[in-house]
Amino acid sequence: MTKVAQISCGTEYSGIQWMLNDIAERVGIELVYPEMELSKVGEACKEIGFEAESPSLNIMMASAVSMLDDPAIKGALLLTCFKCSEGTIVKDMIRRFLHERTDMPVILYSNVEKPKEIELYSRLEALKTLIARKTLLMREKQEGVTMGVDSGSSTTKVVVMRDNEIIGKGWLPTTDPVKSADDAIEAALKEAGIPENAVEAVGVTGHGRELVGEHLRADLNLEEVSVISKGAALLSKCHKGDATVIDMGGMNNKLILMRDGIANTFNLGGICAGSSGRFLEIAARRVDADITELGQLATESKERYELQSYCMVFGIQALVVALASGVKREDVAAAACRSVATQVYDNQMQEMEMRPPIIFVGGVSLIEGVKREFENILGVEIIVPPYSQYAGAVGMATLVSGV
Amino acid sequence: MKRKVLVYPPNSMILSDLVERGGHESLVLMREIGEHVRDAEIDAPPINITEEDLKRALRYVSVEEPAGLKGRIGLLAPLLEKAEASIILSDAPPTYGCMGCAVADEFFKFLIRKREIPTLEVRYEGGERTDEMVTEIMAFLEQLSKEEKKVR
Repeated sequence: MTKVAQISCGTEYSGIQWMLNDIAERVGIELVYPEMELSKVGEACKEIGFEAESPSLNIMMASAVSMLDDPAIKGALLLTCFKCSEGTIVKDMIRRFLHERTDMPVILYSNVEKPKEIELYSRLEALKTLIARKTLLMREKQEGVTMGVDSGSSTTKVVVMRDNEIIGKGWLPTTDPVKSADDAIEAALKEAGIPENAVEAVGVTGHGRELVGEHLRADLNLEEVSVISKGAALLSKCHKGDATVIDMGGMNNKLILMRDGIANTFNLGGICAGSSGRFLEIAARRVDADITELGQLATESKERYELQSYCMVFGIQALVVALASGVKREDVAAAACRSVATQVYDNQMQEMEMRPPIIFVGGVSLIEGVKREFENILGVEIIVPPYSQYAGAVGMATLVSGV
Repeated sequence: MKRKVLVYPPNSMILSDLVERGGHESLVLMREIGEHVRDAEIDAPPINITEEDLKRALRYVSVEEPAGLKGRIGLLAPLLEKAEASIILSDAPPTYGCMGCAVADEFFKFLIRKREIPTLEVRYEGGERTDEMVTEIMAFLEQLSKEEKKVR
């Protein structure tokens, strides 16, 4: 079992502690609560440089300081209540404090009384991988002939790599995950010009990784956060120092802060369809463009138009009304891209600092209009590396070459 | 006349002890948590907060409030509803008992005041002035036995 410090301001009062304990046990994590003397709380607040109104938040800061004395603790889970502004401030301060003092992975979660189990599971599973597979994640080069399969919620991506070069690719919509993987593998092998038995190892990630991994008898099966961040680091050749990865797929977004090519904190979206690639697919249909053309169309916009809602239903309705009232297609396309980028900024980016360089991967990274909107919002250049939609598959092909 | 006296901080052992010494029944958080923990039908460790507790809080707080606030108020609501008098101790150090969440603290004090039951509000005094604080509390408890209603 991997020891992870749970640092919270009283999760037990939210009625979710039993769920946290249950999920932690399933992914092989032992949640521990760093102890400290009450008399040391004031000192800890001074060390972090903040004193909260809530005593439990001051105790939370003292727990964070205290956990540094326990070498058995390998990661931290920071929890406060959703909609508690003071809690959000303290949680972020603790994260920054821990990142200054240690290189251990830290995850943040804003709890509600009925959290989705999958949300907690995916976070704790990623935390476990980042701790348990740290040596493997330090890998900076792919060797031999390996294949990475990313069985995503919307599309299945496959790459075949040989000595750190991509020699074959397959990218298909995910229907039956196993069949989609088989078809994408066939396409990738055909492009690579090698038979299946020439592949020395296969790694699988993504939503369908359990099913597809079993079918392929994969040599390695890992969750997406650690794999996509590794893929983004490899594709952008950003192995040293800090970096931020924005991964946007058809249904899920991930915002990952990396240090030396390994994720050390992350934030998962997936709450609202309005910030997903799916929103852009529907918007593209409404402006009579293919999804591959939407981004280019958005860059032709001359007049700024704002959708009045982020929502998949009401945002699209606003888009239809705009078209009916004579707003140009390109302005509506730009508004759709802006809507998605703004929502990711509001709900995910603001919870964490953005550490340049910022690397944008996943299928949505190919939509130029979204990249441009992120650049407008953040005021920095965003890197979209080549093969950005294959970040998960490249990460997996590289990691499995080290197994 | 023996009264049910709610103390604040609601987990203060010292205040609870003073109430019992003053001849009344203290309403404290530990008792409520104890009942939850001993309830064999609830399996939500460590303190067995249930969905019912969170729903109960909705009588007092908006559905939009943070989950921890709802849980705390839901747990305290039965004490509030049973209370016939209360003692609110302000500015006590955390070692004296606390609820942890500042918003829940302030909101619970507001709910106590809104009940319009006999209430003593006293500032925490340490050191040599502790005696004065205890004397004030004991005098309030003594008066409670005699008077029908007193609000300060």
